[in-house]
Amino acid sequence: MIKKSDVEHVALLARLELTDNEKEIYTRQLNDILGHFESLQELETTNVEPMAHVLSLFNVFREDKVDRHLPSENVLANCPDRDEDCFRVPKIV
Amino acid sequence: MSLYYLTAHELHDLLLKKEISAVEVNEAVFDRIESVEDSVKAYLTLTRDQAMKTAQEVDDMIGAGRPVPPLAGIPIAIKDNICTEGVRTTAASKIIYNFIPPYDATVVKKLAGQHIAMTGKTNLDEFAMGSSTENSGFFATHNPWDRECVPGGSSGGSAAAVAAGESVCAIGSDTGGSIRQPAAFCGVVGIKPTYGAVSRYGLIAFASSLDQIGPFTRDVTDCALMLNAICGHDPLDSTSSPYEVPDFRRCLVNDVKGLKIGVPREYMSEGIDADVRQIIEKAMSLLELNGARIEETSLPHLGFSLPVYYLIAPAEASSNLARYDGVRYGFRSAGAQDVVDMFMKTRSQGFGAEVKRRIMLGTYVLSAGYYDAYYLKALKVRTLIKEDFNNAFEKFDILLSPTTPSPAFRFGEKTGDPLKMYLSDVFTIAVNLAGIPGLSVPCGFVNGLPVGLQLMGRPFSEGKLLQAAYTFEQCTDHHRKHPEL
Amino acid sequence: MTQYETVIGLEVHLELKTDSKIFCSSSTSFGGKPNTHVCPVCLGLPGVLPVVNKKVVEDAILVALALNCRIAEFSKFDRKNYYYPDMPKNYQISQYDLPIALNGYLEIELDGELKKIGITRLHMEEDTGKLVHQGTITTTPFSLVDYNRAGVPLLEIVSEPDLRSPEEARIYLEKLKSIIQYTGVSDCRMEEGSLRCDANVSVRQLGKEEFGTKTEIKNMNSFRSLQKALTYEVSRQIEVLGEGGRIVQETRTWDEGQGITLPIRSKEEAHDYRYFPEPDLVPMIIEREWVESVRKRLPELPDARRERYVRDYGLPVYDAGVLTSTKEMADYFEACLNAYSSPKTVSNWIMGDLSRLLNSNNLEINECPVSPVNLASLFKILDEGTISGKIAKVVFEEMFATGKDAGTIVKEKGLVQISDEESLTAIVEEVIAGNPKSVSDYRSGKDKALGFLVGQVMKATKGKANPELVNKLFKEKILN
Repeated sequence: MIKKSDVEHVALLARLELTDNEKEIYTRQLNDILGHFESLQELETTNVEPMAHVLSLFNVFREDKVDRHLPSENVLANCPDRDEDCFRVPKIV
Repeated sequence: MSLYYLTAHELHDLLLKKEISAVEVNEAVFDRIESVEDSVKAYLTLTRDQAMKTAQEVDDMIGAGRPVPPLAGIPIAIKDNICTEGVRTTAASKIIYNFIPPYDATVVKKLAGQHIAMTGKTNLDEFAMGSSTENSGFFATHNPWDRECVPGGSSGGSAAAVAAGESVCAIGSDTGGSIRQPAAFCGVVGIKPTYGAVSRYGLIAFASSLDQIGPFTRDVTDCALMLNAICGHDPLDSTSSPYEVPDFRRCLVNDVKGLKIGVPREYMSEGIDADVRQIIEKAMSLLELNGARIEETSLPHLGFSLPVYYLIAPAEASSNLARYDGVRYGFRSAGAQDVVDMFMKTRSQGFGAEVKRRIMLGTYVLSAGYYDAYYLKALKVRTLIKEDFNNAFEKFDILLSPTTPSPAFRFGEKTGDPLKMYLSDVFTIAVNLAGIPGLSVPCGFVNGLPVGLQLMGRPFSEGKLLQAAYTFEQCTDHHRKHPEL
Repeated sequence: MTQYETVIGLEVHLELKTDSKIFCSSSTSFGGKPNTHVCPVCLGLPGVLPVVNKKVVEDAILVALALNCRIAEFSKFDRKNYYYPDMPKNYQISQYDLPIALNGYLEIELDGELKKIGITRLHMEEDTGKLVHQGTITTTPFSLVDYNRAGVPLLEIVSEPDLRSPEEARIYLEKLKSIIQYTGVSDCRMEEGSLRCDANVSVRQLGKEEFGTKTEIKNMNSFRSLQKALTYEVSRQIEVLGEGGRIVQETRTWDEGQGITLPIRSKEEAHDYRYFPEPDLVPMIIEREWVESVRKRLPELPDARRERYVRDYGLPVYDAGVLTSTKEMADYFEACLNAYSSPKTVSNWIMGDLSRLLNSNNLEINECPVSPVNLASLFKILDEGTISGKIAKVVFEEMFATGKDAGTIVKEKGLVQISDEESLTAIVEEVIAGNPKSVSDYRSGKDKALGFLVGQVMKATKGKANPELVNKLFKEKILN
């Protein structure tokens, strides 16, 4: 059972600021959704390998070569706030 | 017949015969957009100047007697979660409402190499999370067959554009059915290729282990042409398969004699509309009549695909969407106290409700104490689902099902209950979990709304799916019908 | 009073000096205008995908072999999820449960005894960008972000909690640095941040099995500050326990100015990195043939080299240890030996005058203005008697200052030793005539007086007189 405090903790991990109303909605909906998914727990999967990749591909590498950098004007073109060559953010703490 | 309702291969023939010019084709399509876009709302951005410029170049090439590729000058729309250099790409999210990529997605590069005329960027559910395009951060797209109905999603804009004559073909992406379901709802052909067949480089990630790019077309022949253009290994995508891409035109053969088709009973029993069932059974008889051998089969774990999908996809999404924080691009909330505050405000104001819900769900299932019970469990059951398909493909060349249990639903019908909306993906998501190709081809109408037939095959058997769909198409005329707008 | 035992484990981050970044083809070069060594991938733009740099995997294998690790047969990358503005994707591609290497060790020498320090694991990951603050992190109104460093390949090397004192920790880190420098995959400059070290520190009552609560110490930017910070932290913990307090598990930062460690305040959020397998990268199967082919790149490591110097060159263990502490120093030594085959002479010079001048000029041996061949030529001139040992030191200083070879300097400065008996006899006679007291002292058996007389000749010849010859002449003139 997911509690409102769990939702608050998860929201902080996910960097989402939720209103009280949202917290209540998500608490209810996450419980509904995960409750509906409980059927999974009935399946016996002790000896089943988890599948992280559907492909049977291994060892995909690139050679250690330097290629074209993004032109400076493009690097910061989409930036909401900048200071000359850098991205600018509010204070860290 | 209006130019904007011709197929790419028909237009190509006319272009080569110089009966029409690429500029005329594009003018026809943009005129069509002008007249119907207000009621369809398929596009987020139009790139008319760019399209006309390419069209002129193609006309010049043809005029100079130079050979042109099959899609040269053809008006094609791109889903707005695929990066286009210099053209705003938003994933239909306010959080990157103003993002102009400095690079092209690999598929966009490949299509540019074919000299296609890009018409614009199409609407979608925000970050491709949804099944109706109602979750777009900007506006909803309407189903051209019935404006009160949704076009499906998440690639609703692409499907609607092709159906409404607002483009000849379109590119979409499919994570749990986002190409096939809207293709079915809008009465066009859509294919989700094998995972790894098409490069994902430049596709704004939703769930990386499930996402795949694919085309929408008006017939199976165009589908083959589009696959020819976009498939192939890409060194920029580690999960792209280094396989030899066949010429899919060779698969356009009217013959299914001896083709072994399995129909998983799980697809035909669960909550499927009686009308849809009838249409699918008719399609089965038609294929049988043409020599296919159809048998019932079973995918025992299919019923678990919905929970598996809705654990894996949100988990990956919660991480993929972490980068939208207001530092490097897109929206930033003003007046934050510090950087954490800025992150929280930006993300809360920038993301829509469904995206936040999935980020919450995904973050929860990955968090300490729940990983094994949810995420790891889902990965294990994914293995079982894949094994079911492997077993079925030992006996059958193709599996067949309806693409969706019912035709397009009405606006607002499922927005109140996320679970109800998730259930509309129930027939398409297993294909993504198994990484196999799935194609939806129009197979009839229920109350004026199109119904799709889903064909599924072994990895990299797109050719076989095309052949079966082509054969089916040859003895039906659903693909020649167009909505009244 | 309760006796405590210190328990320290180190987590070392090492920047690899590959040409391109770990997951994209942007340059790794240090410095440069902010945000110029970036591309869509390392900026984390929407839609981009990583591709692993093969050289990074091979460098990781090489270091793992040098540290006696077991190389995994199967390895993969994972995402470590946390938010920080210097991370373009707000997750770091790292390795979690299947790192590339496990279970290694290195040996350190403590009071002449060898001690094995276990290495728990070694894994690959990407570096973050850099934040620049105006003033300090707490007073700055905003921070600036430079992503040039984002995506530079890192190796994380985690030791077992086998270190029992701050000094052991420093020696371990020095040894680790030395081994890694030998492999040539990293510059290992702590000051520039290409070698970074965090420490897990705890204390426990002597004789107890169970570990005490640990703190994690960050921000130690030199070997000196590592030892100082750990010394401080250990005594702080003992003091807290001694007063009946409890150690709080927390991250603390070393404040070099104040000489203390301070807790880093973090948002009230338990660290929950939500690791999961990186879906954008495929797993690695590391074939043994591949490992063996990488092993061929492995150079002779410092321990083996030191033993060889003792065995083959007859050097004292201490000298051999100093010479082999860096690969550059040992390479220099051997290059010198190639041109001049007296290990003891070469060793003495390198450890003496050469090291002194390098230190005072703040140079590394690979920046030494005197090439090994030039140094050898100095020894030859010395042996031939062209210059005296005393003059040799002068010549060497000049070589170091100008980079010129020994012969040229000797010629230019007219430093050739005077071994001409006739001219020296004249000077000797002059000195005898001018210093009757010293002459009679010497004659009456005071050997010290001879030194004074020789010194006078040296003074008159500006040190160029052949000292043996001068000695001989005095003996002849005075005693006969």
